Amino acid sequence: MNRENAIAILLLTILVFLFPQLTTDNYILTVGIFIGINSIVAIGLTILMGYAGQISLGQAGFYGIGAYVSAILSLSYGLPVMLSIITAIAVASIAATLLAIPSLRLKGHYLAVATLGFGEIIHIIINEWGPGGPSGFGDIPHFSIFGYTLQSTVEYFYLIWICIILIMIFSLNLLNSMTGKALRAIHDSEIATLTLGINITFLKIKVFVLSAVYASLAGALYAHYVTFLSPSGFSLFYSVLVLMMVVIGGISNIWGGIAGAIIITILPEVLRGFKEFDILMYGLILTLSLLFMRKGIVPMVIDVFRNKFLIKIRKNDA
Amino acid sequence: MTLLLQFLFSGLTTGSVYALVGIGFNIVYNSTSIINLAQGEFVVIGGLMMWFFLEGMQFPFSVSFSLTLLTAAVIGLIMERLTIKPLLKKGDLLLMIMVTIAISILIRGILMFKFGKDPYTYPAFTEGEPINFYGAVITQQTLWVIGITVLCIILLYLFFNKTMTGRAMRACSINIRAARLMGINVSKVVMLSFIISSVIGALGGIAITPISLMEYDKGAMLSVKGFCAAIMGGLGRNRGAVAGGFSIGILEALTAGYIHSGFKDAIALLIMLFILFVKPAGIFGKAEIMKLRKF
Repeated sequence: MNRENAIAILLLTILVFLFPQLTTDNYILTVGIFIGINSIVAIGLTILMGYAGQISLGQAGFYGIGAYVSAILSLSYGLPVMLSIITAIAVASIAATLLAIPSLRLKGHYLAVATLGFGEIIHIIINEWGPGGPSGFGDIPHFSIFGYTLQSTVEYFYLIWICIILIMIFSLNLLNSMTGKALRAIHDSEIATLTLGINITFLKIKVFVLSAVYASLAGALYAHYVTFLSPSGFSLFYSVLVLMMVVIGGISNIWGGIAGAIIITILPEVLRGFKEFDILMYGLILTLSLLFMRKGIVPMVIDVFRNKFLIKIRKNDA
Repeated sequence: MTLLLQFLFSGLTTGSVYALVGIGFNIVYNSTSIINLAQGEFVVIGGLMMWFFLEGMQFPFSVSFSLTLLTAAVIGLIMERLTIKPLLKKGDLLLMIMVTIAISILIRGILMFKFGKDPYTYPAFTEGEPINFYGAVITQQTLWVIGITVLCIILLYLFFNKTMTGRAMRACSINIRAARLMGINVSKVVMLSFIISSVIGALGGIAITPISLMEYDKGAMLSVKGFCAAIMGGLGRNRGAVAGGFSIGILEALTAGYIHSGFKDAIALLIMLFILFVKPAGIFGKAEIMKLRKF
């Protein structure tokens, strides 16, 4: 991890611990929790898109597997919540591996198409076979660790954002490791990477599974926080939303995932005042931001800072 | 047997719309390599605008029909000129595909604002008794839907093979740089491909609405199914999209009839995954062409 990222992690940590001190408003904290949950999914997809150059239109599928498997195991089979979350993540990783092996063997964007199909199939399965069918089910146990059950909104806020800090540290280290460097090489030139003796397909599968792990973790956390699940939140629309978060946040920087999650999560809350206009405004804002902020917010902000900084240096030189 | 025939015909009807959406995908894909995920929205535009002109404004059928197609063409034109054209030079496929998703949400928003969440319908094109075909009941509108689809396919075939403009568009789908060197105005071809695919989608919407009703949020699922149809037959091949659309429609109808209606929507996706893993170039596609593709 370089110095800039270490400082950013430190700032994020301070912000996470300060935030609940500044506001006790449950509504704001709840929005903060949802931003966090979406961020986890978006960070995974940013790594997949920005570093492995693959698109996934099925993150909702892994998100759904995480939520439903963990909820069902802890509710119907009485498994401890921690264990059911780990099992759910394992199930999602296996599904991701099985999906990735045939689709990543091929060149091009097969993964995008395959994941689209996969995500929708998971949605249909949840809808037909999930407990409660289309109307969903409740009474899912709250998150508990070492016999302590989390109840209040503040506790969940801390839980989810601590998860994000850990995920960010892990991801930044990963991207700085040999794996990360190999991934960046793939992004620049697949053939050149291949000649260096790097197994591209295996690496891509690894990253795809990682993104599925993040998505399923987010889904499981969602299930044990909200304690109620229905299939509507796990449709293609959610996958598209996550994709929007990543593109608007900026795929070339994994902080973009968090920035995009903040914007896309807050947007409907802000637009609630527009009533029937909300979908229209939503589409308009997405279209405009895609047209005019092509690189995404985080890389754009970084560029602006760098430019200012560079201009200063040049002035000093003169 | 009667039941099977009945399912077959209802499958052909929905399959026609999937085929038309699939063809729309192909036309845009061939000239730009973009997957236009707003394709399904044009079916909804067709159905709802037809209702607006026919029932809302009380225009005669032929006027409403032409106005609806014109509206779809204009929307397709605006979409291409304002969003795709400025991005095409950058060549960022991912961004362009994202833009089509954003536009589909925008169109959905406008339609919901204008029409609300209710389903709409209007009378069938021609009145008259349903036809009895070996015990299966076929409404006249079913024949209209299938007929319009077949007509579309024939006209497109003639357009792409017999006219200069159509040939220019085909040239672009083979090699865009070579086409430009031959003096083909690629920008016009892209514009035209968006207009044609919008009109084809709207045609499907106009024809199917009397049978299956139309509401503002049907577009997303239609896009997915049409895309499956296009992938099944090999992306970029119209014959493939037609075969794909019809087979998806029929298999869906059979699943809904004999297994469980809830799994109807999974069929298209399962077939698509199966094809991707077994013969990724599609039933009619060639593996060699696959290698040259950007997306």
